[in-house]
Amino acid sequence: METVIGLFNYWIVIVLMMAGFYIVIAQENMIKKMVGLSIFQVAVFVFYISMSNVFGGTAPIAAEGFTLYSNPLPHVLILTAIVVGVATTALGLALIVRIKEEFGTIEDDRIRDMEEHGEESEA
Amino acid sequence: MISANLPILHVIIPLIGAPLGLLFSRSPTGAWLLALIISWFTLADSLALLLIVSGGEVVSYEIGDWAAPWGIEYRVDMLAAYVIVIVSGIGAVTMLYARQSVEAEIPRDRIYLFYTMYLLTLSGLLGIATTGDTFNLFVFLEISSLSTYVMVSLGAERRALTAAFRYLVLGTLGATFYVIGVGLMYQMTGTLNMADLVNRLPEVAETRTILAAVAFLTVGIGLKLGLFPVHVWLPNAYTYAPSVVTAFLAATATKVAVYVLVRIYYTLFKGGVFETLPVDEILLALSLVAIVAMSAVAIFQTNVKRLLAYSSVAQIGYMLIGISLVTITGLTAGILHLFNHALMKGALFLALGCVFFRIRSVNVDDMAGLGKAMPWTMAAFVTGGLSLIGIPLTVGFVSKWYLILASLEKEWWPLAAVILFSSLLAVIYMWRVIEVAYFRERPAGAATIGEAPLAMLVPMWVLVGANVYFGIDTDLTVGTARAAATFLMGG
Amino acid sequence: MTPETLSQLAIAVPLIGSVFILLAGKWPNLREAVTLTTAVIMFITVASITPSVLAGARPDVVLWEILPGLAIRLTIEPLGMLFGLVSSGLWIINSVYSIGYMRGNREAHQTRFYFYFAIALASAAGVAFSGNMLTLFIFYEVLTLSTYPLVAHHGDPATMRSARTYVGILLSTSIGLLLFGMIWTWQLTGTLDFKQGGILEGKVDGVMVAVLLALYMFGIGKAALMPVHRWLPAAMVAPTPVSALLHAVAVVKAGVFTVLKVVVYIFGYEFLAETSASDWLMIAAAGTLLFSSIVAMRKDNLKARLAYSTVSQLSYIVLGAALATAAGIIGGGMHLAMHAMGKITLFFCAGAIYTAAHKTEISQLNGIGRTMPITMGAFAVASLSIIGIPPLGGTWSKFHLMMGAADADQIIYVAVFMLSSLLSAAYLVPVVTRAFLRPPDAKSAGAAATAEGGIREAPLPCLIAICATAAGAFALFFFAGDIARLLEPITAN
Repeated sequence: METVIGLFNYWIVIVLMMAGFYIVIAQENMIKKMVGLSIFQVAVFVFYISMSNVFGGTAPIAAEGFTLYSNPLPHVLILTAIVVGVATTALGLALIVRIKEEFGTIEDDRIRDMEEHGEESEA
Repeated sequence: MISANLPILHVIIPLIGAPLGLLFSRSPTGAWLLALIISWFTLADSLALLLIVSGGEVVSYEIGDWAAPWGIEYRVDMLAAYVIVIVSGIGAVTMLYARQSVEAEIPRDRIYLFYTMYLLTLSGLLGIATTGDTFNLFVFLEISSLSTYVMVSLGAERRALTAAFRYLVLGTLGATFYVIGVGLMYQMTGTLNMADLVNRLPEVAETRTILAAVAFLTVGIGLKLGLFPVHVWLPNAYTYAPSVVTAFLAATATKVAVYVLVRIYYTLFKGGVFETLPVDEILLALSLVAIVAMSAVAIFQTNVKRLLAYSSVAQIGYMLIGISLVTITGLTAGILHLFNHALMKGALFLALGCVFFRIRSVNVDDMAGLGKAMPWTMAAFVTGGLSLIGIPLTVGFVSKWYLILASLEKEWWPLAAVILFSSLLAVIYMWRVIEVAYFRERPAGAATIGEAPLAMLVPMWVLVGANVYFGIDTDLTVGTARAAATFLMGG
Repeated sequence: MTPETLSQLAIAVPLIGSVFILLAGKWPNLREAVTLTTAVIMFITVASITPSVLAGARPDVVLWEILPGLAIRLTIEPLGMLFGLVSSGLWIINSVYSIGYMRGNREAHQTRFYFYFAIALASAAGVAFSGNMLTLFIFYEVLTLSTYPLVAHHGDPATMRSARTYVGILLSTSIGLLLFGMIWTWQLTGTLDFKQGGILEGKVDGVMVAVLLALYMFGIGKAALMPVHRWLPAAMVAPTPVSALLHAVAVVKAGVFTVLKVVVYIFGYEFLAETSASDWLMIAAAGTLLFSSIVAMRKDNLKARLAYSTVSQLSYIVLGAALATAAGIIGGGMHLAMHAMGKITLFFCAGAIYTAAHKTEISQLNGIGRTMPITMGAFAVASLSIIGIPPLGGTWSKFHLMMGAADADQIIYVAVFMLSSLLSAAYLVPVVTRAFLRPPDAKSAGAAATAEGGIREAPLPCLIAICATAAGAFALFFFAGDIARLLEPITAN
């Protein structure tokens, strides 16, 4: 029971992570792939943030009456990671737009089909 | 002032230069000049660094004067300086080459974006090799990766877009895996600074958390470096990216990822990781499959760029074999091949760039008769190919020598045999191209073509010359690689 | 000039010559003059080293270090001296012949041809004078690569296939096996220098000696030990001067020369004799020797027959080395020169027949002796030398080889040598008899000429070359003693 409840944050992280990972692998739609990728990344953010939380602790601002602080460093790290994640998503979406313009679809399997059989038409 | 800031200048200057590139939206040549000057500056800076650390000194720099381990520390030792020199050296040469090739392959109104992205990649790759902070490394990894995706997508064919997208998905997965690994290590040690981690990791090295961290780090970096079998993004990305990009990436990006792997195994864990987890055996097994299977796949490619891309996956296998032998000679061989492979693949891809510049194709069949039409380009290609095969007096021979010596030292005869066998496969795939270029006539009615412009030939031949020079005078390469390996093995 | 400088010069001269050949490419006469001059200068350079080597000097020069402790190094010892003399001397004659042949057949890409020829000769000299295994290996590979364009000269699909076999076997054996053996040796001993008495004694024992020897012997693909001999018949698609100088002399002799070097200076022949590690090699060499003779008999194409004959004759030398006795090794070394002189003549003749009468098959040669008496006369002389009949050079080397077998108490190999002499008679003599004794075929093109009683020989340069080498085969009978004296020191310990 302790492993289930005591470590509940990790369980959530794992579920999120696997869900995101599964979407990346299983979905053919590129937008959905990006969604999966984002969920996957968010899972890691949650992992960092929850790991740094100290029960009963507060934000690390020196003030009277508080002696127990959460670790601020992972929060900062994750701020950076979020920025990276946003950039990745933006770039991914931009690529999808261009792919849609060029191929007329964003379904990965159909594009692969076109690539394998339609090379002559391209040239 | 400059000398005190040496360890950061080569990272910060391209980083600042990148947005400046945006100012040149109307002047591709201006953007090129900017990239060129910055590249050569970084090369000068890295050579100075190499000179400083070659005495065995480790240069440390605290960013913003925040003392490590709280602040971010840049730390340049022999290995780091060596990798930095590879990256900035290749960058400097490819930039010299780039102007005409880029103008021919990228729409004029996007050229300044290309150079911006190139500078970002350069900064990211150099940052990875310089930083002494594991999380900062992630940031640089993503700076270089994101800009790389963009550069790949600038390729002329529409397939460049899908290649870039698939690279993005796998690359992001890899980077995220890496972050998980770093997070797990942080959880156990409370630090992100590499030098600090070295001290704290041994206490917890056997915990399950750290074992999981190693697994995540290995897979994550494996994705970035094109480890077989998670290399699937690599052939398409290399094939459809513009020629200059392919040359630059093939010679640097994967090398830097290999460097990260070496850092993790040998610096952070001081090689102890091989006792708790069989990562060396796993890497060795995967690499063995890679050097045989990927070389075999390369034989059947008709697109020469793709052929060389598969060959790259195989060659990365050689580096990983050296690393996974866990001996000084093995590690020397692996580190040495980082440099040598950068030279040969750089030269080969630049030669292909010249070919594409003239005939707008890199298919084997279209290259018929080029031996006569473009003698200098094809001679460069042949020399690069011979180096890849491992003919003496080229760098490829030196790499192979050490790799086989290392496997014989361990008395692993079959390993040496497999390595030699796979280099025979290289003979086959290189020879296919050479034969077509020299002994088949150009099809009747094909447009007459001349040699590539001098501005492209000279940088290409600089790399080709380096292939031969460092195959004859191995003091610098072998000396540095051995010193770095000895240092890493704690000898 | 000191012998050390001369040894570098011998390699540099053809390289410099090759540059001038390229520059003179537009003026054929000038270009051929450059080739000839280069060949003559090279021969003089090599020849002027000879007296000091005969006097016992071993000129040694370390050029530069490639890997720590491993340098490019030139050392001249008697075996290399002999090989250098043979290949550079025959290059002069071959160049004369080439002029006649290449022009007579209106071959294309002649500048490329002469250019790579000069490079090949430079690397042959490098092989001859190398002072350690690494240097030898480097020149050995350059030799392979520089002869590839010569083999692939005609460029048609069949030629390309053969050229692929050629370069494929030579590169893969050298990289796959020879390099393996070298690195292994380096790992065991920490040196690759050629040293009197060998470097491996005491470093390796038991069955591993034989394994290492196998890596070397099959790794040296140029020695054409079966089953890695396939490249040699494949190389016959090249123009005849290439087959003559390279595939009867420079390339194949570089192979057996390396075999001798490895046996004498890496293993040490006494070490091999003690460990019996070369027993299997005797069997392999004897097998190649006999089997390829039989194959040669079944070949109708003249050049193919000569190629298999070369495979067989090379195994004489390998067998001589494998016997691991002083006489065997001296015999092997002598045979290197004797066979070179005989076989180059035979190839010259084959090329002359092709140039004059456009015939390639033995069955077409009926009565050709009447139109080409000089060529076929030389063919007969060279055949007798290969068979080993006095007073021709081949006699002495076979004699020494048989003595070597007797010294090693391997009487069976004496019998092998004799049997194979009979076999070589069986595949060479019919060519001669057919040419002189049979009447010309009524249908053939040559018949008309014969009917008129006309003589239609090959171009004059070809004839000069043929006569020179045939005379050489004869002269070697009388100089055999000098060669033996030159080689003697290598077997002293």
